[in-house]
Formats: sequence, C-alpha cells, structure tokens
Amino acid sequence: MISLAGRDILHSWGKFVLTGFGLGLLIGVTLTMAGVYRGMVDDAKVLLTNSGADLWVVQKDTQGPYAESSSIKDDVYRQIRGLSGVAQAANVTYLTMQVRNASRGGREERTMVVGFEPGLPGEPGYLVAGRRLVRSHYEAIADVGTGARLGDRLTIRRHEYEVVGLTRRMVSSGGDPMVFIPLKDAQEAQFLKDNDAVIADRARTAANPALNRPGVPGLLEAINASQSSNRNVNAVLVRVADGIAAESVARDIRRWKHLEAFTRAQMEDILIAKLIATAAKQIGMFLAILVVVSAAIVAFIIYTMTLGKIREIAVLKLIGTRNRTIASMILQQAMGLGLIGFVVGKIATTLWAPAFPKFVLLEPADAISGFMIVMVVCALASTLAIRAALKVDPAEAIGG
Amino acid sequence: MTATTDTGIHIAGLSKRYGEGDTAVDALKDVNMSVAPGEVIGLVGPSGSGKTTLLKCLGAVIEPTRGQMTLGGEVIYDQGWKIPDLRTLRRDRIGFVFQAPYLIPFLDVTDNVALLPMLAGHPNGESRARALELLQALDVAHRSRAQVSELSGGEQQRVSIARALANRPPVILADEPTAPLDSQRALAVMRILNQMARQYQTAIIVVTHDEKIIPTFKRIYHIRDGRTVEEAGEGREIE
Repeated sequence: MISLAGRDILHSWGKFVLTGFGLGLLIGVTLTMAGVYRGMVDDAKVLLTNSGADLWVVQKDTQGPYAESSSIKDDVYRQIRGLSGVAQAANVTYLTMQVRNASRGGREERTMVVGFEPGLPGEPGYLVAGRRLVRSHYEAIADVGTGARLGDRLTIRRHEYEVVGLTRRMVSSGGDPMVFIPLKDAQEAQFLKDNDAVIADRARTAANPALNRPGVPGLLEAINASQSSNRNVNAVLVRVADGIAAESVARDIRRWKHLEAFTRAQMEDILIAKLIATAAKQIGMFLAILVVVSAAIVAFIIYTMTLGKIREIAVLKLIGTRNRTIASMILQQAMGLGLIGFVVGKIATTLWAPAFPKFVLLEPADAISGFMIVMVVCALASTLAIRAALKVDPAEAIGG
Repeated sequence: MTATTDTGIHIAGLSKRYGEGDTAVDALKDVNMSVAPGEVIGLVGPSGSGKTTLLKCLGAVIEPTRGQMTLGGEVIYDQGWKIPDLRTLRRDRIGFVFQAPYLIPFLDVTDNVALLPMLAGHPNGESRARALELLQALDVAHRSRAQVSELSGGEQQRVSIARALANRPPVILADEPTAPLDSQRALAVMRILNQMARQYQTAIIVVTHDEKIIPTFKRIYHIRDGRTVEEAGEGREIE
C-alpha cells in the first residue's frame, strides 16, 4: 500500500516546507528558552568550579556572597587558615558594576569585578591570552565576554587598569562577565568615595563633639583614617586538605568562628534552587505557553488542510478506504510537519544561540525530549482534523 | 436470504423514506430495476425526482427502508436486512464515476487507478499492472506518470472510469459523467462506457439529464416522484 500522507506531502511540499519552517522557528524559540535555562544553571556551576573553592565562608545569617550581600573582616581568613583540615583560605570581593573601557571609546560593560589574591582560591582557573597578575595594583584579567582585549585600559571607579590577561566562561550567576583585579584595589573600589564626599565626611566628623573631643590628640585623625579605608571582604574561599570532608570543616567554622560556611553542594543549591528559581519559573511559563501555541498552530494547519480535502476524503471513503487509513494519513502529515519543524528549529537554534548575550547551553538530551514532545503535541493536535475527517459522509461524493 | 444465480444488479420494491410521522418524505417508492452484465442503461429524471437517493442506495451509501437488492448474484438488502460490510462491498463490487472526476490530486494517474486494488490488499506491483492495462484500454496509458493537474478534462474522466473498473466490479454507477463536457466529448465518454461494459461484462447505470447522450441508451428508466418507469431507448450508435 502506498503512503497517502507521503504522497500528499510530496505533492504540496512547498506548502509543507513553508509551514514547517514557520513552525520550526517557533520550536527554535522553545529550544532556545530551554537552552537559556540550561545556560543559567551552567553559569552557576561554572562560577563555583572556577572559584576553585571547597567552602565559602560568609557573614553569619547570610547566603552570600552571590545570592546576598556579605561582609566580613579581611583578617578572618587567618583564623580560618589555622583550623584543622584547611589547606588554603583566601579573601575575595565581588562587586557588580559598569566598567568603562577607555581603549574602546569609553564603551561601558556590565561586569562583576572580582578582587582576589594571586595564587589562591578565587583566581581565574585558566587564561586564553596574556599572563596572570604580577603587580599589586592596576592590572586586570578580563573575561572575553567583556569585549576587552590585551592592553585595553578599564576604568573602575577613579583608577585605570590595564588588561594583561584574558579568560573565558568566567561569569557571574547573572551571566555578567568577570574582571579580576588585585584584592586591595577591589576593596578600595567597593568603598571609594569621590573627593567632595570625603571632605564632607571629614567636616561632618569634625563637627561631632563625640568624635572630636578636646584634649584627645590624634582621635579625629584616627577616625578619619578608619573611614577612608576598607578592611572588609565579601567572603573567604577555603580549599580543604586532601581526604578531609568539607562539611566537617564547615561545621567547625560555623561553631567556633560565628560565620556561615557553605559547601559546594549547598552553594549550588543556593544558586540554582534559590537565586535563579524565579527566572527558571519564568522560563518554564514561556515554555508551557510556547508548547500550547505550537500545538494550536499545528492543530489549525492540519485542520485547515484536512477541510481543504473534504471532497477527496469523501471519495476515498466511498471507494472503500478504511477510517484507520484516513486517520493514519492525517496523523502522519501532522507528524511530518512536526519533523520538518523540529529539524528547522534545531538548525535555527544552533545558528542563533551563539549570538545571545548570555550563554545558551543546548543539551542533546533536551533536543531528544523536545523531539518527543513535538511528536506528541503534533499527534494530539491532529485529533481535531481526524475527527473532522471521520465525520465526512461518503455520500457527499455523490450527487452534491 | 435468497441468493440469485443471476449476475448484474437487480432491485425489487425498493423504497426509501426520510424522517418520520407527518414530516416523513418518501424519496423512493417501490422501485424496480434490472441491469444485466455488459449493459449500459440510463436513469433519467428531473431534479428532486429521487435520482440521487436511488444512486446512493445502489451505491450502498444509504440503506433503503424496504425492498431487495442483489448484486452479482449476492443479496445486499432484503426488507431491512443488509450485508454487514458495506464499505468492502463498495470497494470490491461497485465502481463510481462522478460528474467531476474527483481524482486524488496528490497521486499520479497510475496510482489513482491502482489505489483501489491496493486498498483491497493486492500487492503494489500487481495493482499498478492492472491500472496500466486499464489505462491502455482507455487510451491514456501515455499519461500514466502524469499528475492529475496535468490532464485535460476528458483525460481525467477516462482515468476516473479506469479507477471505477480497477477492482473489476459487476456494476458501475455513473453520476452525470458527461455534464461538464461538450457534445463530442460527452459522446466519447459514452462510447468508452459502452466499450468497457462489453469488454469487462460490467453493468453500468448512468444517471443523467444530458439530452446529448440520452439517445445512446437502449433502455432508460425514467424516475419521477420516487417511482421508476422503464422504456426502450433509441440505442443510437455512437460514431
């Protein structure tokens, strides 16, 4: 027996391909949305992996440093380093801000500025160009996503930093590319005020009799000095010694240091289950709507195409074609449309995904699931048309 | 059920009533008709006379309210009883030719004809061979690979006749097959139908009110208000 569906598709292939192309773009959007979500999850995991830490020590009762703000003193790391099972501990700061690239016409890029100590956790894992930081100030390593190149000069607050190294896939949980600078510079950048604000603060302090007591020489100067320097960091990254369970070290830190300590698994949970949960739900809603819209489009197209063949269907039924054969023809056409749509959608997604500003991760497993869903949706969408076809009276072919 | 040994198609006392009670309409009233194998008869009548209803009963598309019908010696209807599988009966034992050819546009000429044997379970190769034989007989074999849209109206009608003959049915029902054609082409179609009836020993019933072809029938059934009257036709030879 010949394939009636196949012949019909071949006969009007232009219509099928064009319709499939339109459907494919919609499927492409659906696959991209799934890729955006996967990209967000992957960004979060990459952020943790690239930090090179086993533990994140942050301010007590906070879920910092990525999900909430956290501030701890920069000498805390010494106490942590002294704990049993700790191999390395290092201060880090994180600050999301607009960084101006003076070498690219002052173009601004939203970035996460990371302050780190070279050779310790927090340092970018690898470079794709240039070198690591060797000077204590005013050098930077930038993610290629910032658009910066070696030798570019980035303006962070009042200072300029020369890009000496480039790295890749170093992004914040929000997808912003990172710029790494020396810790001291980053600490300053977090709290650095402009000159007018410093003068105003000093005048305000001098006018406060409690801070400017007569007969206490040096008090005002000491207070002013403390106000213009920053001894805080956002977190201490800890690498535990081989064979030591990170959770046991975290337990000690929580108990004895009055700080919060998160293991890798806990930090993943914070980033994925909490930080991007709302965005994931948003994407989930989009996906659900897109699936419904795709189903409606396939149902409408197949239904319209079937109505256009009512006379042929009546003739087929009159000459003894089984209902099963007619239903199978419509089902196969719907599936064929879905197949064309999926292939177009997959190609389109692969082509346009790299152009997205945030990382779009296209997982083969998602493509397989997507294909299954498209086929099921097309099969369900064809039921309306099949119902209409089965209702056709063979007598319609006779007489008029 | 009484099976007759006679072939062709026979109906006796066939009636069809639509609706019930005060709104009931008797579309057919005690219709009798016999068509022998190889014979082509005309069924003529004005609009609303019951032609289409009779054709639908003969084509096993609707069931009569009363009466008997036998086809190729087999009882199809008998006073409210009917054979269980009318779909298979239509596929294997009745050929249809319509006013418009109603060919399947997405199949080529050969497959339009071969579709019926294929639906009946014959292998594709055998079905296509049978289709080509019929297309040859109808002088359209040279268009066997063409798409339906590439054929002229006359060629399409010949292909539809080939399709009607594909399963070698004992009867063909032709519903105004010459209506859209000019005199010359209409007569050509009638010549083909007569030739096929003789060649394949098929009984052909042609529903028509086309004055051009009425003189070609040897027997005509006039239908009016659901009743038929048989009369001899001119049986004019078609040149």
